[in-house]
Amino acid sequence: MARKNEHYEESLLGRLDRWTQSGESGLDQRMMDDLASPPPPAASLPQKELERRMDRDDRMKHHMLLQEQATYDRIRTWGSVRGSRFFRRAYIVLAVLFCLALIAVLLRATATLPPFGNPDNPMHNDVARRYIEDGMEETGAVNLVAGMILDYRAFDTLGESNVLFTAVCAVLILLRISKEHSDATAMLELEADDRMYEPQDDLILQTMVRLLVPLILLFGIYVILNGHISPGGGFSGGAVMGAGLILYLNAFGFEKAERFFTFRTFQTVSVISLSFYALSKSYSFFTGANHLPSIIQTGIPGKIFSAGLIPYLNIAVGLVVCCTMYALYTLFRKGDL
Amino acid sequence: MTDASSLALWQSLPLVCILLPLGSAAVTSVLPKRTARCWTAIVLSLQFLASILLTLFLRDPSRSYTFPMGHFPAPWGNELRIGMVECLICLFFSLVMLLSFLGGMRRLDQDIVEDKQSLYCVMILLMSAALSAQVFTNDLFTSYVFVEIMTLSSSALIASRARGRTVLASARYMIMNMLGSSLFLLGLVFLYDLTGHLLMGHIREAVDVLVSSGENHLALIVTVALMTVGLSIKSALFPFHTWVPDAYGSSTPASSAILSSLVSKGYIFVLLKIICRCMGPSLFRLSGMDDILFVFALLGMILGSVSAVRQRDVRRMIAYSSVAQIGYVYLGIGLGSEYGLMAALFHIICHAACKSMLFLSASGLIEASGGKTSLHALRGSGHRAPLTGIAFVVGALSMIGFPFLGGFVSKVNFALAAMDFHRFHRYLVLLGLVISTWLNTWYFLRVVILIYTKPEEEVQEKSIHRGVLYTFALVALIALNFYLGIGAQRLITAFFDALPAFSAAFPG
Amino acid sequence: MTGVHFLEDLSAHLAEISAIILFGIGITLLMLSRNMIKKNIGFSMTDSAIYLFLAAKGYISGRKAPIVVDGIEQMAYYINPIPAGLVLTGIVVSVASSAVLLALTVRLYRQYHTLDIDEITSLAQKEEEV
Repeated sequence: MARKNEHYEESLLGRLDRWTQSGESGLDQRMMDDLASPPPPAASLPQKELERRMDRDDRMKHHMLLQEQATYDRIRTWGSVRGSRFFRRAYIVLAVLFCLALIAVLLRATATLPPFGNPDNPMHNDVARRYIEDGMEETGAVNLVAGMILDYRAFDTLGESNVLFTAVCAVLILLRISKEHSDATAMLELEADDRMYEPQDDLILQTMVRLLVPLILLFGIYVILNGHISPGGGFSGGAVMGAGLILYLNAFGFEKAERFFTFRTFQTVSVISLSFYALSKSYSFFTGANHLPSIIQTGIPGKIFSAGLIPYLNIAVGLVVCCTMYALYTLFRKGDL
Repeated sequence: MTDASSLALWQSLPLVCILLPLGSAAVTSVLPKRTARCWTAIVLSLQFLASILLTLFLRDPSRSYTFPMGHFPAPWGNELRIGMVECLICLFFSLVMLLSFLGGMRRLDQDIVEDKQSLYCVMILLMSAALSAQVFTNDLFTSYVFVEIMTLSSSALIASRARGRTVLASARYMIMNMLGSSLFLLGLVFLYDLTGHLLMGHIREAVDVLVSSGENHLALIVTVALMTVGLSIKSALFPFHTWVPDAYGSSTPASSAILSSLVSKGYIFVLLKIICRCMGPSLFRLSGMDDILFVFALLGMILGSVSAVRQRDVRRMIAYSSVAQIGYVYLGIGLGSEYGLMAALFHIICHAACKSMLFLSASGLIEASGGKTSLHALRGSGHRAPLTGIAFVVGALSMIGFPFLGGFVSKVNFALAAMDFHRFHRYLVLLGLVISTWLNTWYFLRVVILIYTKPEEEVQEKSIHRGVLYTFALVALIALNFYLGIGAQRLITAFFDALPAFSAAFPG
Repeated sequence: MTGVHFLEDLSAHLAEISAIILFGIGITLLMLSRNMIKKNIGFSMTDSAIYLFLAAKGYISGRKAPIVVDGIEQMAYYINPIPAGLVLTGIVVSVASSAVLLALTVRLYRQYHTLDIDEITSLAQKEEEV
């Protein structure tokens, strides 16, 4: 490469290139002088001349690099210096126009959709008919929506619980403080830990929480267990229970909450629930597709232990949601469970 | 429709492809680092094995069948739909996923904090499960749910190398994707309202009735537009690509390889299914979206490459090249002909094999140059890491379109697809191909020449043990690229034979 | 379609129209606001708008929620259960995405001490150069 470089520099193109790049500096005049005379063979050069040439090469390279850098910087920073305001304004105008156009087109399209509340819409077809008229016999769930999402369309719901798991894992990756506090970001994270702002002994809050939390948790459990009989289910009940736990945490602080809910608890509960969910659903997908007899019975609609897998799935989802909500809250507050 | 009771045991294999990684994800989160990695590799290999078996058993490209997910028949229950196109795509996706993970495994120690590595494996497994669910599902809403799993897990994969740049890239990625998801979901709701179904075949029936009667014409077109735009935002089609260079250029190599080669392709495959099976090509043409995609694809092909030429960081350069390659895929979709769709499908596979190899080998070259990412620092790295250099050269030549490699076949496919048209489409495609190939040659050959020139000052040779797995992954990917170049005819014929079954509303 | 017809059609879709307007506001916020938290709010608004739209579509005038009461199992008695189920699934998905975007915001704020995404971008670029 070094040889090639030399060739290039001595060639006409190389000289032209240098001339256009170096502009008004005194460097190019000296360069032209040097280049005008044919280069003596390197071996015969005296030591001083050799050093001078090397020095020239270095300086020229440095100069070219600076020039290149300056041009590059000018082009690149134009966007953030002079161009930024122009682009910003153009972007705002375009975005507003785009959004208005989007709303107009959507409104226009909405106006041609089937009318609101009309029983003859294409949406209210045989699919919905079977869910309503045969749903209770086929799934055993009095709550037809629960029957639909946990039995007819169970694959969606399996995906849904895994979306939640994906989210909590992503938040763990992003926010959990790792044990090595070596780098600067970890120190920043530690500073951001707001455990020190906890209310210490707020009597009114703590008394009310002592009264409320058991009730909230009980209500959450009720909503989960009755998911297939009345409105509710795993997600809503789990969210209620999670809210109860968060309330407790806020009143009594992390130290007390960690006595019964640690990272281990979270891991154990979510792994067991999700594995149970995946395994039981694999079983029911497999038997369903191959028309094998299934051991899952629908039972008598309206009883707690009826509707086949639905109550168990609701419990699993409820536990996952409860732990996830609590885990998200504590991860945001102090970066650990 | 096939008789549901006559399902053979092998026909349950797609269930393995989806539920095995999905079910093992939760367990992986509690495993220690090394076990988690081994376990992930085993699960991915099993998934790959299952998809090979499925392809072999299916054998006949014109055949396809549905697999009910649960005890209830089609319009009530959820179902999978398996044909040769799905099998081949799943086969290559799982292979590339496995190889990218194996190749990037050693670098995880360097890039990701010790106690978060098993979570990284969880993300890989969830991504893999979501991809195969995406490929096989026949239900629009299910595909929305799994699209979201893919979005969230890829955001975590980008940000897992905790640096300011990657977190910012991940945030930009999330914002773009949320916009895309919202539009896609709104389109889905419109479509559900118009047809009353969520299964693709049943939607097609209802849509055909609506199209022939001319009812709800505007709403249908708005629906097609919403879904197409939503998914093209998610898959980083040209004007929506701003997050790409940061995301691919600064995350850990395994993430870059997986994201660039698989994630965007997953979204495109959903779009293909929606166009072919759900809407039907005639409605797609009627909506005018094909021309819009065509224009943006051409712009992406050329402007993506122009940006790649301007890059000084090798990984960002490869990332911009991805933008151009996504343009190619959309070009095939935008042409709308059967040949165009086939070319797009082939390019999905070809680009996946090539880009993952380029990202892995680029990271190897960077490591051999002392961790500097700029182009000049790579000088001579091909001598320092011979196999990595060869892999990079093979990848670069494939991208340029050198004969005997996948990229060449792909470019020929696009040119042939354009020959079916007599209008200005033909000349635009050919012109786009020529310009883009020229630009590709410019920026890839520049790097290839650079990595084989002797450095001016001796870079101190760091003894880097890149590991057996890395070597294995690169050798396998090189072989895959040559296979795609030499044995492409069988794949192309298979795609051609399978396309009618793929776009039919119901199998059989 | 004349203007009057169009207005009539619109008046048959009041619930959907409010959902669409909400959707538009959300998208505008998502695109225009530089503040990460506001972007997240915009996103939540678009999602809620879609669920409102879906719920409105599932409603049938004068019918009840699809939970079997007194053993009546007739289509004519209950509203459509499918949109309700889709909304349930969708809500979980949007909670999950909001959580991840917020976590990313927290990370960025800790590192750059600002929520403005443009400012963060320029800070990250400067950081790269150093």
